[in-house]
Amino acid sequence: MADKKTIDDKTVKRVSVLSRINLTEGELGIYRTQIADILGYVSKLNELDTSKISPTSHPLKDLRNVFRKDAAKKSLTAEEALQNAPKRKDDFFSVPKIIG
Amino acid sequence: MEIKSCLKRIGAINKKLNAIIYLNSLAGKGVPIAIKDNICVKGEPTTCGSKILKDFKPPYDAYVIRKLRDADFALIGKTNMDEFAFGSSCETSCYGPTRNPWDPERIPGGSSGGSACAVAAGMVPMALGSDTGGSIRQPAALCGIVGMKPTYGRVSRYGLIAFASSLDQIGPLTGNVTDCARLLNIISGYDEMDSTSAKVPVPDFTKSLVPDIKKIRIGVPKEYFPEGGIDPDVKKAVSNSRDVLKSMGAEIVDISLPHTRYAGSCYYIIAPAEASSNLARFDGDQYGLREEADNIIDMYTGTRTKGFGEEVKRRILLGTYSLSSGYYDAYYLKAMKVRTMIKNDFMEAFKVCDSILTPTSPTPAFKIGEKSGDPLSMYLSDVFTIPANLAGIPALSVPCGFTKNNLPIGLQLLARPFAEEILLRIAYTFERNTEFHKRKPKI
Repeated sequence: MADKKTIDDKTVKRVSVLSRINLTEGELGIYRTQIADILGYVSKLNELDTSKISPTSHPLKDLRNVFRKDAAKKSLTAEEALQNAPKRKDDFFSVPKIIG
Repeated sequence: MEIKSCLKRIGAINKKLNAIIYLNSLAGKGVPIAIKDNICVKGEPTTCGSKILKDFKPPYDAYVIRKLRDADFALIGKTNMDEFAFGSSCETSCYGPTRNPWDPERIPGGSSGGSACAVAAGMVPMALGSDTGGSIRQPAALCGIVGMKPTYGRVSRYGLIAFASSLDQIGPLTGNVTDCARLLNIISGYDEMDSTSAKVPVPDFTKSLVPDIKKIRIGVPKEYFPEGGIDPDVKKAVSNSRDVLKSMGAEIVDISLPHTRYAGSCYYIIAPAEASSNLARFDGDQYGLREEADNIIDMYTGTRTKGFGEEVKRRILLGTYSLSSGYYDAYYLKAMKVRTMIKNDFMEAFKVCDSILTPTSPTPAFKIGEKSGDPLSMYLSDVFTIPANLAGIPALSVPCGFTKNNLPIGLQLLARPFAEEILLRIAYTFERNTEFHKRKPKI
């Protein structure tokens, strides 16, 4: 697990791009310090030998894939689904052009 | 309580406390209830206390809302919360902080702080909240009311705006244990719309309201009473509570949950990781805020930069980091393995006891602003509530005392998966033999 020194501006910047969040120079410095503190705190987990432990991704026992019947039933109308749309065109959500 | 008297009380004190952020346009008839702002109510604002969901009105009801409507509840309005439920103080909402009715200079706890405050201050008799790391129990404790996180899978999360899907659970915040059991009866049950909803029978929880705990074994884990890590008044109140339960016939058992000290670290990897993934959907495409731009990536980035608050950005960055290529094994996978160890601690402990008793929170309510500049110290206020979410077990907080400054203290009870009945039985017996739930804030 990484220690404090490995969290540099470049890493925080890369993560902010992946997160689709812009940071000002000031924010970058603050988040770098805070994230380093938090990662320093969580590095406590390295004290534990987990080599023979299997991971828990959720608490329910015996839960496998959950399927439903492939049957038609009532769902939202297009109008209902679009009622919160910031921008729409006919029965579609409208967004900026994706392919140049 | 009638709807009219609720609305009157809200009108008189909500401006000071900021617990209710929206009054519903159609309150209906029936038992008044307030709903945390991350639970979808059809046609009413549901914003998670965030600018990014400004003006969002869901086109459907959450499962629990449908159940409440069927049982003739009147949905009074939405309660304030930390933005996207990320917090323990109810200070990060875009609507400003909620205040503690016992001392308005202090936080009500969080993230369901608005729900806890509204019940404690007598605006509504009960409310729904959500609990990912203590977000029902900690504010219940700090406001002097009853709060329960049911077993993971007991209550459908369909229509709950997701924070950390392997931890989130909806639950009741009420003025007493009886109302907690009644509300739990209504919201529990299997729902095919939540794939983690459990197919287990739902008992009538009001049948657990019996003042008898003879021979019930209550474990007291030494790790929850760390030297110097807990407020002396809290320690005293919880020790007194243990003695009360013993005098009622319970058997007190000393137990150990050895991996407790790793729970906070484990949680602060898992919860932000899941949150960063869940919050990827807020991009301005289909609902909520949109910052227009020439291309879609700039639109997403502009929308998220403007719409999310500081703590939300912090958790998304942290979660994205721990899930990113090269760090996944060291952080997320490691945390999931430690989660197994924490869960196993509980399963071992429940071989020798039926319930576990701990403080709900290491301290009473702190001052507004006291921890907001230091996220790590804020995170540590959840140390006693987090393990139940990691293990998926049910947990309840019941009022158990007051500090010298007249601030409420909560007692936490934990039990095996789907053993909510034992929690209600112990809490009910405790309530019947104490007066703490009868004290009301002077507001």
